[in-house]
Amino acid sequence: MTIRLENVTKTFNQGLHNEFSAVKNVSLEIQPDRITCLTGPSGSGKTTLLSMTGCLARPTSGRIYLHDRLISNLPEHFLTEIRRRTFGFVFQRFNLIHDMTVLENVLLPAYPLGLPYRKLVDMGQHQLAALGLADKRHEKSQHLSGGEAQRVAICRALINDPEILIADEPTANLDSKLSLAFLEIIHTLNAAGKTILLTSHDPLIYQSPVIDTVIKLHDGEIDAA
Amino acid sequence: MRKSTTFLLLIAVLTIALLLSILDAGMRRTQTADRLVMEAQLVAGLELTDLVISTEARYTRHWSQADYHAAFQDYPSALEHFPAGSLLPPPARLY
Amino acid sequence: MVLLQRQRYLIDYTLSALYRHKGKNLGLLLVYTLIVFLLASVMLFTQSLRQEAARTLQNAPEIIVQRMVAGRHALIPADYLEKMGRLRGVSERHGRLWGYFYDPVVKANYTLMAADHKQLGERDIAIGAGVARARGLEIGDRLSLRSSRGEPTSFRIREILHPDTELLSADLILLPSATFRSFFGIANNLFTDLALTVRNPAETRKIAEKLTLRLPDTRPILREEILRTYDAIFNWRQGIVFVLLSSALMAFVIFAWDKASGLSAEEKREIGILKAIGWDSNDILAMKLWEGAVVSVTAFLLGYLLAYLHVFHASAELFSSVLKGWATLYPQFKPIPAIDGLQIATLFFFTVFPYTVATIIPVWRAAVSDPDTVMR
Repeated sequence: MTIRLENVTKTFNQGLHNEFSAVKNVSLEIQPDRITCLTGPSGSGKTTLLSMTGCLARPTSGRIYLHDRLISNLPEHFLTEIRRRTFGFVFQRFNLIHDMTVLENVLLPAYPLGLPYRKLVDMGQHQLAALGLADKRHEKSQHLSGGEAQRVAICRALINDPEILIADEPTANLDSKLSLAFLEIIHTLNAAGKTILLTSHDPLIYQSPVIDTVIKLHDGEIDAA
Repeated sequence: MRKSTTFLLLIAVLTIALLLSILDAGMRRTQTADRLVMEAQLVAGLELTDLVISTEARYTRHWSQADYHAAFQDYPSALEHFPAGSLLPPPARLY
Repeated sequence: MVLLQRQRYLIDYTLSALYRHKGKNLGLLLVYTLIVFLLASVMLFTQSLRQEAARTLQNAPEIIVQRMVAGRHALIPADYLEKMGRLRGVSERHGRLWGYFYDPVVKANYTLMAADHKQLGERDIAIGAGVARARGLEIGDRLSLRSSRGEPTSFRIREILHPDTELLSADLILLPSATFRSFFGIANNLFTDLALTVRNPAETRKIAEKLTLRLPDTRPILREEILRTYDAIFNWRQGIVFVLLSSALMAFVIFAWDKASGLSAEEKREIGILKAIGWDSNDILAMKLWEGAVVSVTAFLLGYLLAYLHVFHASAELFSSVLKGWATLYPQFKPIPAIDGLQIATLFFFTVFPYTVATIIPVWRAAVSDPDTVMR
């Protein structure tokens, strides 16, 4: 599943006095079965670019292709289908729903698919067990440690078995030990055939040998240097 | 138990109770058929004109026989003294 | 199957979301249920009384002729029976004797009626079950009442009217007409009012018109007017019922306004997360619809059932205290169920629909926006 961006621009507050372009005329290709890391200082447009790649936002101009199919202009319903089946998201702050259990959080992306309940629960428990969280499934999400929350977020992202895992600053709130543990996890997932796309300004991540491709961004543009 | 299961069970129980209440209503109507007959006979025999809903004042006792004065108390804008009077207006023909 | 499973998952999520603020939502459910309870109680009680009145008072006299002096109900001379002249269609005419008596012993108002057909002895009376209860009387006991001349008059209880007829007879004291006259000091040539029997109900209006011309100081009260009086019972525009309805409406408006006035930052964020992880707008809207429906349908069912129990198994205790007021004599009766399906359906519609719709309105924008916008 190649993702190709052609001259993609994202402008916020269009027409207003505080209009600005977070991403300016970016063209790039995300290779399948590789781990790609977008890096750059704060405000360089990494998160915005990641959002558009993962169909969370539409570009103001430009085109985005998923396996040679133009997706940036699709109606919302189709975009959601693609998002559901192709991408799994891990957010910077994990964005787990409080007062819901770990298992309930993990199963959420699969709810709209209407799978039989027992099957869905088994899938969720399998994911949790793979990341060593089997005994935490009835725990309320707000009682988890940072590392545990991250792993739950990863399980949630993987519940629909997507081709591509997208992670936005996944280790921003974690210590170096947990950051290394994260690298282990994505390395394993990549070995199992998943494409990984992440953003990070942490050298521990983008300088790791686990990362196949590093794309540097500066001020909304790709840094040629 | 799944939350939706609990909820759907609750709704099912309440709906069954609702249906039972309809059955109960039917049963009660059948059981009280005699009462209506007795009441009708009493009305015919004594030439009654009103239910005994409120015995506080003369105009709340025989609503249908209330006179003009009763509708307006001591003066037309006087406030209702008795709560029962606020539940049934004076006969329409009076105003 | 997939559709049903999907709805169940949405209900699972909705219930989790409601449970997250369980105090607030439980309070909301309670108040909502209370409103439905009050409205349904009024509806059920009203229908029951209205129907019972309609079915029993069908046998009331076709025309009552009442004399008015200076705007008040006054005794009517017996010769008015002659004075009204020939009236085609009137098969029978006679005077009625009835009046009120305040008993200071128990602070109760009784209705005394002459009932010669009961063939009671001079000092014998038949009393309603309410009177018996108020004074603790049984058949054979004596009841002493002060006459218009100030003399205590002792009566013997010959009969207690059947308790099943309390709604019509609770406060009655029946006695011979001669005793009635001497007790109240009413001369032989006077009656309380006159009762006319009309063979053909279609003629009553015409007859009433003639009566007003021939007896200008009287007014006729038609049976259809008596029945219409009870049609207006618990009228929504009246006093306490109006207050109840207004409060209920206000409460509904407040609920709906609170819901429709917008999402909190937390709710917006949550919708963004759900969209980001793969829920589409329809899923979000369906989930919110369930949220509204869960609360309102539960409130309706609970409220209605409690109202049914209140009115038909607890004899509408709440309303009886209003109807009774300060009166010490009140009929003991169990309302007969007369369920109007249309009224219940209307109550259901107005309970469930506005609140459910109000729940969706603020969500619309967030549900159709890009998740990225919603989450920032």
